[in-house]
Amino acid sequence: MKAKIHVTLKSGILDPQGKAIEHALETLGFKNASNVRMGKYLELDLKETDKGKAEVEVKSMCEKLLANTIIEEYRYELQ
Amino acid sequence: MNFGVIVFPGSNCDHDCLHVISSVLGQNATPVWHKETSLTGLDAVILPGGFSYGDYLRTGAIARFSPVMNAVKAFASEGGMVLGICNGFQILLEAGLLPGAMLRNKSLSFICKDVHIKVENAATPFTGHCTSGQVLKIPIAHADGNYYTDPVTLAALQANAQIVFRYCTPEGRVTSEANPNGSLDNIAGIRNAEGNVLGLMPHPERCSEDVLGNDTGRLIFLSMLDALKKAKLKAVVA
Repeated sequence: MKAKIHVTLKSGILDPQGKAIEHALETLGFKNASNVRMGKYLELDLKETDKGKAEVEVKSMCEKLLANTIIEEYRYELQ
Repeated sequence: MNFGVIVFPGSNCDHDCLHVISSVLGQNATPVWHKETSLTGLDAVILPGGFSYGDYLRTGAIARFSPVMNAVKAFASEGGMVLGICNGFQILLEAGLLPGAMLRNKSLSFICKDVHIKVENAATPFTGHCTSGQVLKIPIAHADGNYYTDPVTLAALQANAQIVFRYCTPEGRVTSEANPNGSLDNIAGIRNAEGNVLGLMPHPERCSEDVLGNDTGRLIFLSMLDALKKAKLKAVVA
C-alpha cells in the first residue's frame, strides 16, 4: 500500500515562503493567485494490506515525526 | 563542575561550547556523542548549535529521536540543568522539553549578526549574573528562529516569567523593529516551568572572551556555574 502525505502550515500561521512565492507569481503576471501556502509532500510504501491498520500507522507517523502539530496539519491518501 | 556537550551529527558549535567551559570557565567539559544513553556524572548538559541531521524535515525533528535524548529528558526531569543554544533550542522544542515551535524567519533569510536581547528574568539559574532589564549584545545565526506558540501557552509563558530573553533595541526597548526574525512577542529565549531547562537562539558561546571583542555571553555560563555550585553546597549542608 502506498501512502501519500501532505504536511502544511496551519491556516493562520504565517508562511513566509508561501508569501514570497505569491509575490513572485504576482511579478510574473499571475494576478489571480492568492493565499499561497507551501508545504511538504511525502510518499511511502507500507507493508500493511489492511487499510484501517495502515491508516492508524500513518496517522501515528504524522503525529510523532512527519508533522509538528503545533504549527502544521497533515492529510493523507492510501492507495 | 562537569558539563556535557551533546554532539549530534551536524552539530557545529559543540567545540565552541567545550572551549568556553574548559578554557574560559576552567571546568570539565565532556563531549557526549548522540548515541550515548547515560549522562551519569554530569552536572549540566548543553545542546549546542549547528544543523543536526542537516535540518531535514524540520530543525531538530530527527535529532530529538537520538538515543541520548531519552537520557536528556530523564536528566531534566530530575532537575538537571539543560541549556539549548540555537539548534539546541530547536531540538528542545521538538522534544517537548520546552513549549512551542520554530518557523522560518519572517525575512526568509539566514541571519547572522549581533542583536540585542533584554534579560526579562534575572532570577533563573542561567541569568543569576545578569540584572533584570539588562541588555546583552549577542550574535544570532539562524534561518528558523521565528518562535511560535498558541495564545494559551504564550499567556502561560508570560504569567510564569518563562520568557527569559526578548529581542530589543540597544537601549532595551522591545519593538518590532528590534525583532530580527518575526518571533512571537520578540521571544529570544524561554525556560520551562520548573526553571531548569533554557533554550535561546543567540549564541553566548561565540562572545565569551575579550579576545573576540565581546564577552557578554560569559554571563550565562558563569550564572550556570554559580547555580551549580550553590546547589552542590546546599546538598552538602543538607
